Amino acid sequence: MGHLHSELREGNMVSSKSLVEICFHGRGGQGAVTAANLLAAAALQDGNKGVQAFPLFGAERRGAPVRAFARISGEEINLRSEIYNPDIVIVLDESIMDIVDVLKGVKDNGKILINTRKKPNDFEFSKKYHVATVDATGIALKYNILVGGMPVVNTPILGSVPKILDRVTLRSIQNVIQGKWTGKKELGERNVKATQDAFDQTEVSA
Amino acid sequence: MTVMMDTGNRIAAKAAVMAKPEVVAAYPITPQTTLVEAIAEYVARGEYKGEYICVESEHSAMSACIGASAAGSRTFTATSSHGLLLMHEMLHWAALARLPVVMCNINRVVGPGWNIWVDENDSISQRDTGWIQFYCSSNQEIFDTVIQAFKLAEHEKIVLPVMVNLNAFILSHTSMPAEIPDQQVVDDFLGNYVPKWKLDIENPTTFGNIIGPAHYYKVRRAMQDAMLNAKKLIPQITNDWKKASGFFHGDLLEYYKCEGAEHILLSIGAIGAESKTAIDELQKAGHRIGLARVRVIRPFPTEDIIKLGKQADLIVIDRNISIGSEGALFNEVKAALYGESDAKVTGFIAGLGGKDVTYKDIETMCLKALKDKVREQQWYGLEG
Repeated sequence: MGHLHSELREGNMVSSKSLVEICFHGRGGQGAVTAANLLAAAALQDGNKGVQAFPLFGAERRGAPVRAFARISGEEINLRSEIYNPDIVIVLDESIMDIVDVLKGVKDNGKILINTRKKPNDFEFSKKYHVATVDATGIALKYNILVGGMPVVNTPILGSVPKILDRVTLRSIQNVIQGKWTGKKELGERNVKATQDAFDQTEVSA
Repeated sequence: MTVMMDTGNRIAAKAAVMAKPEVVAAYPITPQTTLVEAIAEYVARGEYKGEYICVESEHSAMSACIGASAAGSRTFTATSSHGLLLMHEMLHWAALARLPVVMCNINRVVGPGWNIWVDENDSISQRDTGWIQFYCSSNQEIFDTVIQAFKLAEHEKIVLPVMVNLNAFILSHTSMPAEIPDQQVVDDFLGNYVPKWKLDIENPTTFGNIIGPAHYYKVRRAMQDAMLNAKKLIPQITNDWKKASGFFHGDLLEYYKCEGAEHILLSIGAIGAESKTAIDELQKAGHRIGLARVRVIRPFPTEDIIKLGKQADLIVIDRNISIGSEGALFNEVKAALYGESDAKVTGFIAGLGGKDVTYKDIETMCLKALKDKVREQQWYGLEG
């Protein structure tokens, strides 16, 4: 995780101060922790005073299921414990859902964002939760965002988040992504375009 | 001023580099590694111009800091758990030689069983070495406390090493924003380190040579006096930093909603932050309870604890255990109150081995303390 220097922008102060808790599910190496960090940094730019991002503390292995967490609040966050009842779940790898109960503990009005080629209503649980879908893998392939030949979905899928969470803007997400790849400007630009595609292509259940 | 959104370790590294130590000596250990890696990145980018010594063990890291400090340099290191314990001999040495080394310790469980999560037995077991000990609860507090630590360590009325503790992962690997002041603010606050004595090849002298019982006795007393001076100077230095940076996290303790409280919770580190949410919820439910988060355990804030004991009954949560006795804070709080207050003190052990402690757990412990008359320390959450 590189440096993320950012300026608080007073003009963008969000109205809501309530706490939003987000859980990322992915596989080791897919960048769930980076995604949580970028999202929290973007939320800070959008005027949320309290932001936090952290991994599930443990031994991470490439390919194994991993979790990462983010908290976003209008006020300083005093919580330091794990997130057990997320408002939003973001699934970077659809196949995780065969072995991990990603819905565990989700709040009743929770939102589930999934990297998949399926539609929200293809998921049985869309009757109970708001489901959003986006083909982040396809977008990563389109923009040739690869590490070791594998598509990297963690940045593209962040472009879908403003569709389900009004506390963070696409512009701030793109800002922090550009800030992260200052040394590799062209790659940063491809990532930014990928978030725009994700934003445009996200489908949300009724 | 800039806002840095990053992990506790990387924010600690930023503070250490901004304090401009002439020497950093370190050996990596999980979960401290990203802290010393960050300092190495500052070296690689040419932003840290001091001497960065990669040593072969933590014992050597502290020894190198001792040598550099004795030569008159501002020095910094960082470690964790088994690394801290390997330093044990040299921790005594640094303090007895009155060398103002500053160190970050990432509180991690001591093995076996092998475990990289948080508890505070590593640093709590080093209480008697003569180091001043801080415990942080947020990334902003980590930055500010590292800067305060140099000022305190090098103060002419103190001249003792300072350990700044941050909980493994919960702080070391959690990204939260911290406001970073301009370099000039840090430079003006700290000034240059001017040692009272140093190893000097132009003026050769020896230090730490053999001394008899009567003089050694005086050495120990001088250390104790310096610690007691630190107790008086911590409020002054934390307030001076507030004036310089705008940030204040308490002096020896941080008080949260204690006004009119009939019960006061004492907790440390990340549990100290989480406790604020528990207090908010308990007050909403009508309970007259506040929080005193303990930032400093050496010097021990005896006088402040007595004041609390005269106001309210106390509840103590320890993320450590002195096996065969009790949690350190519970034990020392009761000792402080002896003959001064007959407040009821209820103690809990919680979160050993990195077991998560949520605000709901803290609420449950507090409600139990409000009801029970139990005098022995209770182990919370052993089941499951």
